[in-house]
Amino acid sequence: MASASPIDPAFLDKDGNPLFHLAHEPHHPEGSSTMLGFWMYLMSDCLIFACLFATYAVLGGNYAAGPGPKDLFDLPLVALNTAMLLFSSITYGFAMLAMEKNRVGATQGWLAITGLFGLAFLSIEMYEFAHLIHEGATPMRSGFLSAFFTLVGTHGLHVTFGCIWLVTLMVQVAKHGLIPANQRRLMCLSMFWHFLDVIWIGVFTFVYLMGMLR
Amino acid sequence: MSAHDHAQNDHGHANHGHGHDDHHDAGAHGSMGSYMIGFGLSVLLTAIPFWLVMTGYFANPQTTAIIIMAFAIVQIVVHMIYFLHMNTRSEGGWSMMALIFTLVLVVITLSGSTWVMYHLNHNMMPTMSHDMSQMP
Repeated sequence: MASASPIDPAFLDKDGNPLFHLAHEPHHPEGSSTMLGFWMYLMSDCLIFACLFATYAVLGGNYAAGPGPKDLFDLPLVALNTAMLLFSSITYGFAMLAMEKNRVGATQGWLAITGLFGLAFLSIEMYEFAHLIHEGATPMRSGFLSAFFTLVGTHGLHVTFGCIWLVTLMVQVAKHGLIPANQRRLMCLSMFWHFLDVIWIGVFTFVYLMGMLR
Repeated sequence: MSAHDHAQNDHGHANHGHGHDDHHDAGAHGSMGSYMIGFGLSVLLTAIPFWLVMTGYFANPQTTAIIIMAFAIVQIVVHMIYFLHMNTRSEGGWSMMALIFTLVLVVITLSGSTWVMYHLNHNMMPTMSHDMSQMP
């Protein structure tokens, strides 16, 4: 009280009064918060899927005297689909490893293979949907089928947008190379892609495998 | 005193930012080894549930259901660790915080919906006789 405590001169203004606020905004490098922000997006997306899973859990048994999971689902086809998505996950991992070593050609190659696996997954899913609709198992048939098409279709839509995003990034990398901005974008897509694989674990376990046990 | 606190904070913040940057450069991607471990585990954790259901290994479907659910949960954790590189340190712990919060919401959504709707279905069964007996 008697004497002023010694204060670092860096925290005094030019009249000698202490500063109670930041003299300068703390420096945030460009993109430093992108990863956390994208993770927040994925978590909110996770809630969308939680709602769709809950809908399926509630409506999944309402067949309205129509076909049930045992009549419709083809497990070998689902296993093949699961394998496609799993392979695409590991090849995306290889793309990220190539990106770390700054090898543009290898990165592009692995991204292309990932995209092909993604397209294979989508083709098999489209084939499955077309087959179901051909048999009369449309989304309008029963509560079970509405919930099924909404849940699996939303996942498929995510994979579709993931593929579009992948092609966009391949063009970006071809144009500008592996600049920090492109590396950041590739890391976001990596999280998105692996996240979709995590959702698919829930889909094949909860919808397909458990459906066959009903 | 306040200014001194301020200095501490500022310093701490700078340090934090630095450590965070280091982390991003070093361990955010994983290695060939960790990807292959994750892939191997995923193949195993996918193949076993499919095999259990397709061969009907357990006579009781309830047993199979519980086991494949357990496999799914383990596989989700494997994907989180080896493919999404989740750990308690990334982004200063905030991604783990967001994940835990999301998991709490997911559990409430799923268990709440099934619980409420099960009871709703149960209480609105058309076969419940006392509803009709109370009609005038």
